[in-house]
Amino acid sequence: MSAVIEEHHHDDHHHGPDKGIMRWVLTTNHKDIGTLYLWFSFLMFLTGGVMALGIRAELFQPGLQIVAPEVFNQLTTMHGLIMVFGAVMPAFVGLANWLVPMMIGAPDMALPRMNNYSFWILPFAFGLLLSTFFMDGGAPNYGWTFYAPLSTDYAPPSVTFFIFAVHMMGVSSIMGSINVIVTILNMRAPGMTLMQMPLFVWTWLITAYLLIAVMPVLAGVVTMMLMDIHFATSFFNAAGGGDPVLFQHVFWFFGHPEVYIMILPAFGIVSAIIPTFARKRLFGYDSMVYATASIAFLSFIVWAHHMFTVGIPIAGELYFMYATMLIAVPTGVKVFNWVATMWQGAMTFETPMLFAIAFVILFTIGGFSGLMLAITPVDFQYHDTYFVVAHFHYVLVPGSVFSIMAAVYYWLPKWTGNMYDETLGKTHFWLSFIGVNVTFFPQHFIGLAGMPRRIPDYALQFADWNMVSSCGAFLFGFSQLLFMFIVIKCIRGGKKATDQVWEGAHGLEWTIPSPAPYHTFSTPPTDMKEAHG
Amino acid sequence: MNRVKRMWQLGLSLLLFSNVALADWSALNLRQGVTEISREVYDLHMLIFYICCGIGVVVFGAMIISMLMHRKSLGVKPATFHENTNLEIAWTVVPIVILLGMAVPATSTLRDMYEPGDADIDIEVRGYQWKWQYTYLDDDPAKEIQFMSALMTPQDEIYNEAAKGEHYLLDVDNPLVVPINKRIRFLVTAEDVIHAFWVPDFAVKKDAIPGFVHESWAIVEEPGVYRGQCAELCGKDHGFMPIVVHALEQDDYDAWVAEKQSEAAAIFETVGKTWTQDELLAKGGEVYARNCVACHQVNGQGIPPAFPSLVGQGVTVGDIQENIDVLLYGRAGTAMQAFGQQLNAAEIASVVTYVRNSWGNDTGDTIQPKDIHTQMASQ
Repeated sequence: MSAVIEEHHHDDHHHGPDKGIMRWVLTTNHKDIGTLYLWFSFLMFLTGGVMALGIRAELFQPGLQIVAPEVFNQLTTMHGLIMVFGAVMPAFVGLANWLVPMMIGAPDMALPRMNNYSFWILPFAFGLLLSTFFMDGGAPNYGWTFYAPLSTDYAPPSVTFFIFAVHMMGVSSIMGSINVIVTILNMRAPGMTLMQMPLFVWTWLITAYLLIAVMPVLAGVVTMMLMDIHFATSFFNAAGGGDPVLFQHVFWFFGHPEVYIMILPAFGIVSAIIPTFARKRLFGYDSMVYATASIAFLSFIVWAHHMFTVGIPIAGELYFMYATMLIAVPTGVKVFNWVATMWQGAMTFETPMLFAIAFVILFTIGGFSGLMLAITPVDFQYHDTYFVVAHFHYVLVPGSVFSIMAAVYYWLPKWTGNMYDETLGKTHFWLSFIGVNVTFFPQHFIGLAGMPRRIPDYALQFADWNMVSSCGAFLFGFSQLLFMFIVIKCIRGGKKATDQVWEGAHGLEWTIPSPAPYHTFSTPPTDMKEAHG
Repeated sequence: MNRVKRMWQLGLSLLLFSNVALADWSALNLRQGVTEISREVYDLHMLIFYICCGIGVVVFGAMIISMLMHRKSLGVKPATFHENTNLEIAWTVVPIVILLGMAVPATSTLRDMYEPGDADIDIEVRGYQWKWQYTYLDDDPAKEIQFMSALMTPQDEIYNEAAKGEHYLLDVDNPLVVPINKRIRFLVTAEDVIHAFWVPDFAVKKDAIPGFVHESWAIVEEPGVYRGQCAELCGKDHGFMPIVVHALEQDDYDAWVAEKQSEAAAIFETVGKTWTQDELLAKGGEVYARNCVACHQVNGQGIPPAFPSLVGQGVTVGDIQENIDVLLYGRAGTAMQAFGQQLNAAEIASVVTYVRNSWGNDTGDTIQPKDIHTQMASQ
């Protein structure tokens, strides 16, 4: 490692960013690209959010009022696709771009030109995906899980565009992950061992391997769909000797690791924030790393728990139930470590800490419903009901999305050099916290009471809680405009941030000036004592 | 045991949802159902739920205590510990033990559900976009009962032009009828896309997948009407294909079977007679409303391009034989199903007559049930 660094030629020519739009189009700077990813993901978050509000508006009351059933199905499908692939994943990639080089003392990502490509593919991929709304037959309407044959023989013609868009997202993700892995393994500052890396770097390293492992599987399954649709193959067509269940196996072999792709970096973020505001080192760093790796490993061998009702033999049902239950162990270790970190600390509750604590509590609630869903015989009752909807929204919204918001508040002063408005930040937190719970907690009840998911209209006994849920959704949705206002206000000015920003913060990113200069760590740092909290 | 459980429920509901829950706990929780299996599932659900609540009290309790006591504003000094091997081993081992405690009853319930056994009645459940077909299998094909079961809720209730009935969206024209205390085997499959057959009160949910026949079973213990819905996204009207099961005493069930069989004989007779155009149009209107409206709409205009218009274009004003063929055998690769498997000859003949003479289509054609019957029989 040190030999490489000694050869590194010192570049005295510190130039700043170019001017105008071309700065963003041609940039190879990890901070610029991180910013692009984050704004793109926020735009997609609002786009997917508007669709969610369309869904919740229709479900405000029984009966069909606002959207027709075929439009409703397009909204649920596109909401899922956009939130998963357009909002949550790019947000984490944006954070990785900004933070990984600064946390490991590297001057930039290892492959800056590829970094530029992997971002600029995304607007085209999502442009293509969104354009299907204007096509004959409308946008994809077969659910974000796009089960064949509904997504093949019975799909609208736009399915081909959907397949191409998914391919593009896959290419982008794979390039992004290669970049993260190469950066982390090759560009750490001299003397920083793997077990000295901040947990955010560790979780992203593992996430990147997950992405490389499963995005090709997704590409494979959509390619098989394409062949079935246009080239008369019968991978998933029972009448031609194919197997619709094969689709689900391949999809969930991608899909289960995918859900951990959306939560592991969140674990890293929370593991950075809680120690800072508890003013106490992270409890059980080593076990955090091993728990993350265990969760990643287990994610590959539990996929059929999404498919308990497809008619799997009892031996298979039992295996997938036991394997799924096992995930509770490393996940529990993480939660216990966070609680032990808080224990006997000296806590303050700035906005990032509020989001991080809410993450721990609400993610754990999502974990409990996940444990319930793992129990096969009971899953037969829960499967494809609003109980499942409540479960995965609890791990994704107050889970992944809250962690992203926590990260933005936490590192925004470093990025912009200004403190955000703490009062507004706390207001945003409480509105979001109340909104998210009012939206998704009642969905546990309507699911248990028997309401299937993905229906535009429902029987009268589900009416009360659906109305509550819709009110919460609008509260949560509109609160995010406040978030946008706070971020823009902070970019434009505010109280100047110190280099350290937070009293209890540790890590290399806090050793550089605020705002972080365009180029950082052109000379690698040497003191690794502060590498992680 | 039961009393303890009740008190738990009461306590929890007071704690969590105040008096909303007391009024109607059933609207918030899983149903106990009417089979031994469904009650077992309910008990397992409650067990896991209480265990989760217990863990939650400990974890969230520790967090809340910590948030109240370990605040900088109270002037505390942060501790410096950051690992404790014994503690970490404990919170790895204890969850494993708890999980084992969950796995044992879960395994036993699952084994009960998968227990093989001879069925008293075999019912094939076949999912179509967007209705169910039930076939009571019998070694003697003449005794086989087969019918379609579709949503009966009127469109004006759905579109808020009329008050919604008590069983809004959960009412069908022909419910599935089963006797109580008999082991009923459901053989679940589908014709087009994947559906899922779900009756919560029986704890039965099985995906209906084209090309596969999966089985599930139930022994219903109480007579009554049990309602469920399709649980797998199956296209536009996924939310509009309920399942209704009437469980009857054995005598009532036998009477129902006899009635169904004589009904089949009566239909056979009507196919033989010559129908007037008015009779065909009247019958055709009913058939259209039940089977065609969802896609082709009341005005026949459809929702192009997925569901084409029937007005002034295509087979409905073209070759009559082609029109009949599309209806009998469907159109491959589209949502147009092979209605020859779902409707009888009189229904096919009348609906063909209807579409060729409605909404300005004026071919003047009439087609007789007996001709359709000949064509269907020759296949």
